[in-house]
Amino acid sequence: MSKVRVLVGTRKGAFVMTSDGARRDWRVEGPFFGGWEVYHVSGSPVDPDRLYASQSTGWFGQLVQRSDDGGKSWNPVDNDLSYDGDTGMHQWYDGSLRPWEFTRVWHLEPSPLDRDTVFAGVQDAAIFRSDDAGGSWSELPGLRKHGTAPDWAPGAGGMCLHTIVIDRGDPSRMFAAISAAGVFRTLDAGKSWEPINRGLRSAHMPDEDAEVGHCVHRIAMHPSRPNVLFMQKHWDVMRSDDGGDHWHEISGDLPTDFGFPVAINSNQPDTVYVVPITSDSEHYVPEGKLRVYRSKVGGNEWEPLTRGLPQSNCYVNILRDAMAVDELDSCGVYFGTTGGQVYASADDGDTWEAIVRDLPAVLSVEVQTLP
Amino acid sequence: MSEVGHESGGRLPSLEEAGVGAPAGQGRPWIRVVLPAHLRTLAGVRGEVSLDLAGEVTQRAVLDALEQRYPMLKGTIRDRETAKRRAFVRFFACEEDLSHDPPDAPLPARVVAGEEPFCVVGAIAGG
Repeated sequence: MSKVRVLVGTRKGAFVMTSDGARRDWRVEGPFFGGWEVYHVSGSPVDPDRLYASQSTGWFGQLVQRSDDGGKSWNPVDNDLSYDGDTGMHQWYDGSLRPWEFTRVWHLEPSPLDRDTVFAGVQDAAIFRSDDAGGSWSELPGLRKHGTAPDWAPGAGGMCLHTIVIDRGDPSRMFAAISAAGVFRTLDAGKSWEPINRGLRSAHMPDEDAEVGHCVHRIAMHPSRPNVLFMQKHWDVMRSDDGGDHWHEISGDLPTDFGFPVAINSNQPDTVYVVPITSDSEHYVPEGKLRVYRSKVGGNEWEPLTRGLPQSNCYVNILRDAMAVDELDSCGVYFGTTGGQVYASADDGDTWEAIVRDLPAVLSVEVQTLP
Repeated sequence: MSEVGHESGGRLPSLEEAGVGAPAGQGRPWIRVVLPAHLRTLAGVRGEVSLDLAGEVTQRAVLDALEQRYPMLKGTIRDRETAKRRAFVRFFACEEDLSHDPPDAPLPARVVAGEEPFCVVGAIAGG
């Protein structure tokens, strides 16, 4: 019988949660790296027992940890994520220019083909690659040195590269999302990148449909449809049907189209999940009700999913990396909140149960489907 | 420069076990270093760390030896590229704040003599 392993990063450590395919009874282990911020924990699709964790604090900086036994034991690997050459300048909040400065690793994306290859998205925005399972890192500088980079600016969380999506059918084709710059695509495994933000409109910029500067919060791709991308932007839920060349809005009847995560059902590529948040200055769910919204038709028509979720006095946020799906049938959907709950649905989102309720604020949730 | 790191067991060692009181290489005293709790966990040590430094005992020499013995500490006390002290880390010894001293200045005589530890301290900030 299949099993699932949920990897949770929080403000004060990491947790690993396992269950059988029924996804009702959970074993919770942790905290790992207690007291440290863990922005992301992820597992290799090639070797599911190989996990990576991004561990940092303001005091002691950034560490990357690796487990080769499914999270039972961890060892620090290389944390030298030095930019390649001249750091260049980007926009600061006040419109002045500021040099790139490394702060932390937001996202670790293991290769779908090679157990030893992993990519890291960092703040200030850049992408790094390791081909020895984190033993050493090299920047893919074509992204940070793109001609538009002086126009990139930080969002409220800093200027972070937070999302890396790899086309499993063609791993040289990758997408990276940066707040606040937008989405970039490479077709040559990261040597060169192009901004793909046509169709996005962002009111925080004087030129609302500029080539870059958009605060993209998350993008998602179903592996069976590599040209269809879904996006939760700062405001607006968007979709592209041509690999990011053009985007159109699919917010439709959502109560608000501000939010952070977006996820796609593993068995139904037109079934999409978002969690609307009140506004950009009120980072909590509207009306005190925690509602995941699901579209079964690829956007525009959305239904609230509420069974098992608090429907009064709830004011949590769900961060961009804190929602994931498993690969079972029916699809399991998981998300974590800034209030420390991790919710799971084993039935495509119809009903929900909390795996845990009292963790530190959840920064990230990933799920592995194990044999 | 030679250096020896001590103790990583499951209990706090005595000063004698940690090398304090017994001479280091060629009769030199051990240089004692106190790490903050998170870095002790990361390095897998408890209590003080003792280092044997052959040359002049400076901030840089102590931290170089510390990072050589415990490579997982690289980047946690000093920036990996610039070797500058991280903003929320301080260096204390002999009831003095040495954080802003030049990294190649000699450390106090009582630290060199192994009578006082060189303390790496996480600043009081955040939660």
